[in-house]
Amino acid sequence: MGLPLMMERSSNNNNNKVELSRVAVSDTHGEDSPYFAGWKAYDENPYDETHNPSGVIQMGLAENQVSFDLLESYSEKKNPEGSLWGSKGSRGFRENALFQDYHGLKTFRQAMASFMEKIRGGKASFDPDRIVLTAGATAANELLTFILADPNDALLIPTPYYPGFDRDLRWRTGVRIVPIHCDSSNHFQITPEALETAYETARDANIRVRGVLITNPSNPLGATVQKKVLEDLLDFCVRKNIHLISDEIYSGSVFHESEFTSVAEIVENIDDVSVKERVHIVYSLSKDLGLPGFRVGTIYSYNDNVVRTARRMSSFTLVSSQTQHMLASMLSDEEFTEKYIRLNRERLRRRYETIVEGLKKEGIECLKGNAGLFCWMNLGFLLNTKTKEGELELWDVILKELKLNISPGSSCHCSEFGWFRVCFANMSEKTLEIALKRIHEFMDRRRRF
Amino acid sequence: MRLIVPLQGVVQGRGGLFVGSLIPCCLFYFLQLYLKRRRSPPPPPPPPDSDSSSELPRTSSRSSLFTRGNSIGRVRVSSRAAPLAKPPDSPYYIGLERVKTDPYDRVTNRDGIIQLGLAESTLCFDLLQRWMSENLMDSLMMQSDGSGFDVSTIAMYQPFEGLLEAFADFMSRIMGGNVSFDPSNMVITAGGTPAVEVLAFCLADHGNAFLIPSPYYPGFDRDIKFRTGIELIPVHCRSSDNFTVTVSALEQALNQARKRGSKVSGILFSNPSNPVGNILSRETLHAILSFAQEKNIHVISDEIFAGSVYGVDKEFVSMAEVVAASASGDFDKSRVHIIYGLSKDLSLPGFRTGVIYSFHEDVVSAAKKLMRFSSMPVPVQRILISLLSDTRFIEEYMAAHRQRIRDKHFLFVEGLKQLGIPCAESGGGLYCWVDMSSLLTSYSEKGELELFEKLLSVAKINATPGTACYCIEPGWFRCCFTALADEDIPVIMERIKLLAEPSTS
Repeated sequence: MGLPLMMERSSNNNNNKVELSRVAVSDTHGEDSPYFAGWKAYDENPYDETHNPSGVIQMGLAENQVSFDLLESYSEKKNPEGSLWGSKGSRGFRENALFQDYHGLKTFRQAMASFMEKIRGGKASFDPDRIVLTAGATAANELLTFILADPNDALLIPTPYYPGFDRDLRWRTGVRIVPIHCDSSNHFQITPEALETAYETARDANIRVRGVLITNPSNPLGATVQKKVLEDLLDFCVRKNIHLISDEIYSGSVFHESEFTSVAEIVENIDDVSVKERVHIVYSLSKDLGLPGFRVGTIYSYNDNVVRTARRMSSFTLVSSQTQHMLASMLSDEEFTEKYIRLNRERLRRRYETIVEGLKKEGIECLKGNAGLFCWMNLGFLLNTKTKEGELELWDVILKELKLNISPGSSCHCSEFGWFRVCFANMSEKTLEIALKRIHEFMDRRRRF
Repeated sequence: MRLIVPLQGVVQGRGGLFVGSLIPCCLFYFLQLYLKRRRSPPPPPPPPDSDSSSELPRTSSRSSLFTRGNSIGRVRVSSRAAPLAKPPDSPYYIGLERVKTDPYDRVTNRDGIIQLGLAESTLCFDLLQRWMSENLMDSLMMQSDGSGFDVSTIAMYQPFEGLLEAFADFMSRIMGGNVSFDPSNMVITAGGTPAVEVLAFCLADHGNAFLIPSPYYPGFDRDIKFRTGIELIPVHCRSSDNFTVTVSALEQALNQARKRGSKVSGILFSNPSNPVGNILSRETLHAILSFAQEKNIHVISDEIFAGSVYGVDKEFVSMAEVVAASASGDFDKSRVHIIYGLSKDLSLPGFRTGVIYSFHEDVVSAAKKLMRFSSMPVPVQRILISLLSDTRFIEEYMAAHRQRIRDKHFLFVEGLKQLGIPCAESGGGLYCWVDMSSLLTSYSEKGELELFEKLLSVAKINATPGTACYCIEPGWFRCCFTALADEDIPVIMERIKLLAEPSTS
């Protein structure tokens, strides 16, 4: 597998036309890939229970809609105006309108820190002054990349990984991604050999590696990273003197809290600053709280320099003060957050079990998962050829015949073909049943041949 | 050779040549050594027992590797980040920081530093507050079919179509109503800052340059240069022209840039201008456009103060209007781009609202995709659709906004006049451009920075010095007056007077 291409310049056909930049003409945004093509198909023919029952069911979007009722009942119970402007009500409007300090509201940062601690069952502590706010995790990841790596440097990322990284981490930054290949022989866990191989590959191509970026729990695997693997990773980063970024945006969506180890827990017991200060965590409210529309992301760094720099650079991607006010009281409400986190986990687990059981009945296996808004399904046995083309052929059939948009493993750079990510939390239970029914009918038809 | 020649003058002949070449070499060597020592130590070679074997060493206690702290190098940040980690050196930011340490409050801290360095307006907050208390809940919670609150409508990320239309209509009104804006040419970002940066990323590559009439807004150094690596080439304007840019100055700057090997991709300017407060005439705008057409470069018009025009005899003309009027065949309007936002005209910087308006469809397309890195939250979108579509309120607001700035401007400029301190002619913006050269001890950049420090520490006033804005004439300061109450103005004038009076000690 070659190294990912850098931004390409398309030819400027019209000699008199004013020129655009490389960033503007490159296709690093990746919106021509199957990952996004399926979304287009969905947009053109979206499923609706009443109005369009034969439309495309969107199973390619990792969003959490299972716990909206909890958010609604919270908003209705509390004084609505208070939640909008903070305790001062509309008199607080003045502060909201003017406030644009990149430090972020102290109350909001404290609320985020306490929420992140709750998710980890109190096994790690978070200092509000190390929290930098960004308009979403997408912005947080890009910002960190700008700060930790120069153009043509690389980040090592284990495969399969979230397709959006190709765009978010590379487009404007000019930084490369070098994959750490993982496979099903050990449930796609990162091995020390794979780490070394990836590092050597970069070094042989004269590319400087600046860090390792993992997603924990993993997208698209839907599984947590084992504690031992995290410790090995940190070891590796210390030895190579590089950074470790842990994208933990699904940390609140682990079905059983005890099964999640955050890198924060490991760092908690380390005093050595030169070890700690290479660790950075990305978080967001888009997945766990189901609030992607609010655009709230954070960088949590153990490195003072990075915190300071990220804060200043966050001018390009600030969270509106009104959003901070709206969410501060909710996130620091102990009763609400405890209940929300617990119920959210239960509901996601039940959804996961429903879909995995349903697939098993059809002879379809999934990777054993314990987190996230999706499952990692193995359809390798259905491929005509175990190649990328074979996989995309099957993906196309599933999209056109079953009208299900799922994400092919190749768009996640998986080195084994036939794996697909299937999202289950962005729909009602009824819609999920319909999706399973379509799969059942499809498998039935195949069995008859 | 230049280094050696003067030294040859000191010691004659061959000896001179030898010493003349040895000394610079020694200096260079010592300089390198000095720099090396100051840089963080390089990572040490990996300890022998863990080198390139396929298995990681299993240590009995996990902490042993981590406690070998002394031999582990400090991990580094990128070279792009390094300048950001240092404290800011521009007086623009230094002044803002100083105010934070001791901010003026007319009730609780009358001796504090008065902020004249931030272009924000609080003059019409009463009107906004009233609107919010009457309309906020409905705009946020109500469904379009009139049914009640459904959290999924503000929780899920979906770009609201109604917002682009509302914005396009609003911009048209703000800019005199003589030109209409097409919603499909618009991209909405989380603030004017990302709008400028995203546009820069689309129009120029790392190492290219924009021409920018100076004095200019200090924030552009951050917005344009930081991450894009695009250079800003100041085109100096003079008080004799009331700091208005001329085509000959642009031409000269472009030629000089070319000689240096710099590729100029576009011209960036503010209209109304910041920090001077000029409103560019139709003729000037047309001339800039023709110049850009001739040189085949972009034009970026930052019109973020378009609605804050107070000069009675001044008419604001948007670049969009000039483009619409120049509908001749060989003119390529796809080179024109406009920046807008609500932080200044509507006093809502906290809401983070910026607009890129471009006549180039590929720029709109790329900018829309880049918007993901700085997107506007859905709750804010809903409030804005409601606010911007309330045309009756908007008209009332804009009229009050203009009038109140005019009144405040008059009081402020009059107050300075009494002290014998003149201001440049201005018709827009939230500030005035003040000529404090009479207070300088020396007519130089050094003198100006000394005055800046005296203003901060003695007069306890933060005003932005022209140096921070790349003004070529010393003594000019930008003073923002739209967050002041009328009673603050005499206080300010008294304090400035302290600096004007000859010291008696």
